[in-house]
Amino acid sequence: MNVSAKAEEILEALWIAVEEQGENAAHLSTLGVGPDDEALAELQRRTFVEVRGDRVYLRKEGRPEARMTVRRHRLAERLMMDIFDVKGGAGNAKACELEHLLHEGVGTKICTLLNHPTTCPHGNPIPPGKCCEDAKRHGEVGVVALTELKPGQTGEIAYLSTDEPKKMQKLMSMGVLPGTALVLNQTFPSYIFKVGHSQFAVDQDLAREIFVRKT
Amino acid sequence: MKSESTPSAKDLPKVILVGNPNVGKSVLFNVLTGAYTTVSNYPGTSVEISLGQCDIEGRKFEVIDTPGMYSLMPITEEERVARTILLEQHPYAVVHVIDARNLDRMLPMTVQLIEAGLPVVLVVNIMDEAERLGMKIDIDLLQEKLGVPVVGAVMARRQGLARLQEILKDYDASRHAVFGYAADLEQDIKGVASCLKGDYRLSPRALALLLLQRDEEIESLVESTEKENFTAVRAAVNEVVFERRTDLHLRISLERKRVCKGLLDGVIHQSESGTLAWTERLSQITMNPWTGVPFLLLILYFGLYKFVGGFGAGTVVDFLEGVLFEEHINPWIMGLGERYLVWEWLYELLVGEYGVLTLGVRYAVALVLPIVGTFFLAFSLIEDTGYFPRLAMLVDRVFKRIGLNGRAVIPIVLGFGCDTMATMVTRTLETTRERVISTILLALAIPCSAQLGVILGLLSGVPGALLVWTLCIVLIFLLIGWLAARVMPGEQPMFYMEIPPLRLPQFRNVMVKTLTRMQSYFIEIFPLFILASVLLWAGKMSGVLEKIVASLHPVMSLLGLPNQASAAFIFGFFRRDFGAAGLYDLQTSGLLTPVQLTVAAVTLTLFVPCIAQFLMMKKERGWRVSLSILVFVSILAFTSGALLNRFLLMTGLLS
Repeated sequence: MNVSAKAEEILEALWIAVEEQGENAAHLSTLGVGPDDEALAELQRRTFVEVRGDRVYLRKEGRPEARMTVRRHRLAERLMMDIFDVKGGAGNAKACELEHLLHEGVGTKICTLLNHPTTCPHGNPIPPGKCCEDAKRHGEVGVVALTELKPGQTGEIAYLSTDEPKKMQKLMSMGVLPGTALVLNQTFPSYIFKVGHSQFAVDQDLAREIFVRKT
Repeated sequence: MKSESTPSAKDLPKVILVGNPNVGKSVLFNVLTGAYTTVSNYPGTSVEISLGQCDIEGRKFEVIDTPGMYSLMPITEEERVARTILLEQHPYAVVHVIDARNLDRMLPMTVQLIEAGLPVVLVVNIMDEAERLGMKIDIDLLQEKLGVPVVGAVMARRQGLARLQEILKDYDASRHAVFGYAADLEQDIKGVASCLKGDYRLSPRALALLLLQRDEEIESLVESTEKENFTAVRAAVNEVVFERRTDLHLRISLERKRVCKGLLDGVIHQSESGTLAWTERLSQITMNPWTGVPFLLLILYFGLYKFVGGFGAGTVVDFLEGVLFEEHINPWIMGLGERYLVWEWLYELLVGEYGVLTLGVRYAVALVLPIVGTFFLAFSLIEDTGYFPRLAMLVDRVFKRIGLNGRAVIPIVLGFGCDTMATMVTRTLETTRERVISTILLALAIPCSAQLGVILGLLSGVPGALLVWTLCIVLIFLLIGWLAARVMPGEQPMFYMEIPPLRLPQFRNVMVKTLTRMQSYFIEIFPLFILASVLLWAGKMSGVLEKIVASLHPVMSLLGLPNQASAAFIFGFFRRDFGAAGLYDLQTSGLLTPVQLTVAAVTLTLFVPCIAQFLMMKKERGWRVSLSILVFVSILAFTSGALLNRFLLMTGLLS
């Protein structure tokens, strides 16, 4: 039985306070709940949290659930912003609605689709799930944007995600085609990569639209 | 147009050179044509093409060097011109030049050209570099598979030239290979091609592919040829395009790549070797920001300051102006004038203070020509090493802040040679927003070489003045660019560019480019010099000039400058360097303090574009935009000058 959406929000805020901001507990007011809140009672009943005075402590039993809640939220953000291209406030709001639907199988699928991202669009870490650990153990290399490669790394161009036909056509006629091997030489001030014996410079925006399979 | 080419040139068989940028097309053009070259803009564009003639065992050919193109489907203006030449001329032979090192990447265009039914000869150039990289290329096998003549070459050393000439001598274009794509794609191509009933330069197969890729120019060409039948063509195209809406472009590119892979099977043998050439190491130095920026400063110091400023504006000008004109020509002409020109107005018009001969010709020949000439020489030399794409990549981030992208570095750098020419070249930028921003910046903060030369000469005598001037101009360039990028609506341009290998420039190539640029510059400005002297003369004789000069006196006092300086600003209207040269006269007569000199130099640099540049702005951007820029620039120039004057006096810098 999953915890309620409201309870998930509390767990999430608690995890961020305890794990990422180094607090040992969170104040009721920072969590935005009263002492006799229903969702809080639900969490206490499951022994996920403990309430002492006006401070809420995350118990050992609640940690896995809290961790996964944060993971789902940040995966939802990634999905919204990277795939659905809903950015800014609208993206955040939609991600908040979506995260509660990403239980078990769905979360794993999305994590794999997104190629096991390690950070959310705001730069906060996404706690790895089982799928991430498995992929790591099997040495699976997924498809990443050129911006994720380090200078000196090689890859094979998987696809171009630009929605402007002219730009795509330009890249293709220059020889930047799916299936071509590429070496990244430099990332600053521009991305410089080598295809065959030719070098190309692109800016960060375009580098984000070239997806490569690391080799 | 007729007078430009020899009468028989039109009837000569045409050899058209095509290929990617930086594969040695121009080198091939030079070794083929020898000395008979004309470089001109393609009608209606700013794109340069070279025409020449070659003679193979008594048979004459006209050779056309087209701008670089990546595929038969154009994106940039250069590519459009190159394709138009292929579409409009009847080529006797189309010589496709490719870089051996990138054979696999460039062969798809060869396939496209052959597919289009053009009489292709393939030149695989730069074989020596490929060998150094450990590549072995079987030219005979490639020729057999392609079905067109293939030449392995090192054109810089004339290797392969004899073989190419032999092929061109009596070229038989009847042999013609067909490359098969995947069955489903073939069916789509045939479906569209069979609808085409008209007579075209390109094969129906190639047209069908271009139509499927939504090439608008080809679409209108087919529409005008097919007339009523076009409805059927459009229907066939639309059906396929919708059927394959997700990946048609990509599919065609990938199929071509697959065909090329098959063609190259057994042709290229790559062995693991290859040392890092010194050019490669130098290339890394120019592109790494830590070493690239100092490298850029070195180029600016030696190329611009030492060579253009020191040698061009110093040594050569001193000789021409100081020795040739001041000591010999002017006294002689004035002597003649005094003897024969009895009417005072005529004397003044020809040899007086603002005389056509004493001022117009002297400025044009003795002051401007050496400076512009040395600049264009340095520019062409640097251009031919392949340094500019590296510079573009280095400044891209900074340029993004001012609403441009790295590509705009070329018009901006060219502006240091001639702002008028650079204003015209802004056309090659992708968006109107970029064109307007770069036009403003060129009008405002980029001094042309003539002006720069005189200013460098002026300020180098005063310690610190040059530094203050540079800081002011750079600051205003960035500030106005930053503001313009915020005010102007429009999308941020993207940056992508091929970085060609660094190479040693070819002497002849550099000379041809320099002379062509100097020639067009001189043709464009010389009449303006004469016009300017005549206007100044008319102003002097009628007393209008005095009134205008007097009306600027309050502005001069605002800038803390002596009244005589206002003449320099009036001159600045006619040519940017006229103004600067006017200051030169003031300084040599000891009328300016260091602070005044610096303020005057900064204000003049920012102050209005010259007549020619203004007319070019009007042509490119229209009256409204160009007049607004003019007013804006004038106000900004005087305001900055006044502020700088206050600042320098208050801080006691330079005094």
